[in-house]
Amino acid sequence: MEKREFNVVAETGIHARPATLLVQAASKFNSDINLEYKGKSVNLKSIMGVMSLGVGQGADVTISAEGADEKEAIAAIEETMKKEGLSN
Amino acid sequence: MTKNLKGIAASDGVATAKAYLLVQPDLSFSKSTIEDTDKEVARLHTALDQSIAELKIIRQKAAESLGEEEAEVFDAHMTMLADPEYIGAIEKQITDDKVNAETALKSVSDGFIETFEAMTDNTYMQERAADIRDVSTRVLSHLLNRPLPNPALIDSEVVIVAHDLTPSDTAQLNKKYVKAFVTDIGGRTAHSAIMARSLEIPAVVGTDTVTTDVKNGQTITVNGLTGAVTIDPSADQIQASEQAAKDFAAQKAEWAQLKTAKTVTEDGQHFEVGANIGTPKDMDAVLANGAEAVGLYRTEFLYMDSSELPTEDDQFEAYKTVLEQMDGKPVVVRTMDIGGDKKLPYLPLPHEDNPFLGYRAIRISLDRQDIFRTQLRALLRASAYGNLRIMFPMIGTVNEFKAAKKVFLEEKDKLVKEGVKVSDNIQTGMMMEVPAAAVLADQFAKVADFFSIGTNDLIQYTMAADRGNDRVSYLYQPYNPSILRLVKHIIDSAHKEGKWAGMCGEAAGDPIMVPLLVGMGLDEFSMSATSVLRVRSQMKGLSASYLKTLAERATTESVTNEDNIKLVKEFTEKH
Repeated sequence: MEKREFNVVAETGIHARPATLLVQAASKFNSDINLEYKGKSVNLKSIMGVMSLGVGQGADVTISAEGADEKEAIAAIEETMKKEGLSN
Repeated sequence: MTKNLKGIAASDGVATAKAYLLVQPDLSFSKSTIEDTDKEVARLHTALDQSIAELKIIRQKAAESLGEEEAEVFDAHMTMLADPEYIGAIEKQITDDKVNAETALKSVSDGFIETFEAMTDNTYMQERAADIRDVSTRVLSHLLNRPLPNPALIDSEVVIVAHDLTPSDTAQLNKKYVKAFVTDIGGRTAHSAIMARSLEIPAVVGTDTVTTDVKNGQTITVNGLTGAVTIDPSADQIQASEQAAKDFAAQKAEWAQLKTAKTVTEDGQHFEVGANIGTPKDMDAVLANGAEAVGLYRTEFLYMDSSELPTEDDQFEAYKTVLEQMDGKPVVVRTMDIGGDKKLPYLPLPHEDNPFLGYRAIRISLDRQDIFRTQLRALLRASAYGNLRIMFPMIGTVNEFKAAKKVFLEEKDKLVKEGVKVSDNIQTGMMMEVPAAAVLADQFAKVADFFSIGTNDLIQYTMAADRGNDRVSYLYQPYNPSILRLVKHIIDSAHKEGKWAGMCGEAAGDPIMVPLLVGMGLDEFSMSATSVLRVRSQMKGLSASYLKTLAERATTESVTNEDNIKLVKEFTEKH
């Protein structure tokens, strides 16, 4: 399993457009990918799941992937997080 | 079969095209047990695919007409329809519970909606509940094979048929394809009517039954001059309508020649004819129709079209654009008129039983001075770019006016001290729409620089009749001597103190009202931009000195609204 922690710096948190892009990035991979926040874990390929966490600015989140392409998945997600200004 | 309807003529012009019903289809269904659940899951996926295909088109059109940012919400919608948790839960319910796709879709969607709506501390999340409702309705419409109408999907000439049109409906209408619109409800002053006039497309409102009388794709003729609507017209009727459209175009061409002319009566008296605007976008029509002023800039659209309070800079840019485009001609800006029927999602106001008699306009501004001061600062900064006049809405007492003026002077002082360039010649006036102020106009004239009469509210408050309530709409009587006495008193009071009086309600462009107002000596008339040339043309044929007698008799001898309609006809036809 591949795991990475992120601190969300974006002022609006993981909302609307960034959430959509994050989900789209995750959906390209076969691995099971989860987003964990405040002890709750959701499927990162589920926009409803991601939005239901209500991740705000300053939140510490963990993203984990498990499967054949787990390494590539985490790398791609990290790139999206940075590109969209979600994390540093 | 041909069917004739009669409604209220709301926007000039004549057009014939196929009807496009902007009506929510009936999406009711009943729960049923399914044997072949695989087939039912496949049916769900067909509906999902159709919904995504539709959203792609809507997204593309939205990006073209509203911009990329507005279009992104549809990306989120498409992502929702591919959500494994959401779709998975629906599939599971179909398979496990052996229910039809409609039932499973609704039950799963309602679950998500509930979760999001429960996040009451987070308005953003609550709005997502609306998104889920939106996408699930779209899928349901495909499951039931009753597609939702969508203005973005229109790609040929149509007449829009709707129960009523909301501001967001009208914003999506493409003028290239929308030739006219017809509604069940509303009057000349309804939002849909005002929009039609600013878009310069013919409209008939208040037909009561058009949405049930016409079917999608049926030919329909709309005469916005007479209020006549014909469904499935005969060849003769189509020809007559085409002739009417030609005649109207010819008349418009004649009016267009008055574009650069001043508004002068037959006996040489000048009146200022201005236009009302809601956003800087409306300036195109103002300039195209040769308005001599902007008599009313409704700033609430700055607040309503935004997801948060507009900043000082955003407001400054909007005001500056309008002032510069008017090139020294007067621009009367009305400070925020929120409340009543206008709400802001980000500024929750407590529920009120009588919002029109409640917390609105200047009452909010004086209470929430943070909002008011930001607007005044933006206005003051913009004042360096043209001829700005500021007007406070819903003033009822002299003390309210003085309080508003005091805030204005304080902000002006601050800016001057900061070294910001501010015009030294900004008139500050008030709307005349509260009967208490109208009755006491002589006292107000000592403190205000000008009055602008807002007829819709003045009439609704004076007659104690809600203008949105069809059952009491007969009480909307602009020519009632009671109203005309108030109007005359307001004008006379202004003149006594050397001030000016205008009118910025729809009545200012009303062909029966115009002779009365000319007779009373109203200084400024402000109306929909598209009415400016018609009124200028009408005034050319009027004699102001002769109409003084009309104004006198209308306010002293007449007893009813109808008396005055007759009296105006007598005076204008005899003459």
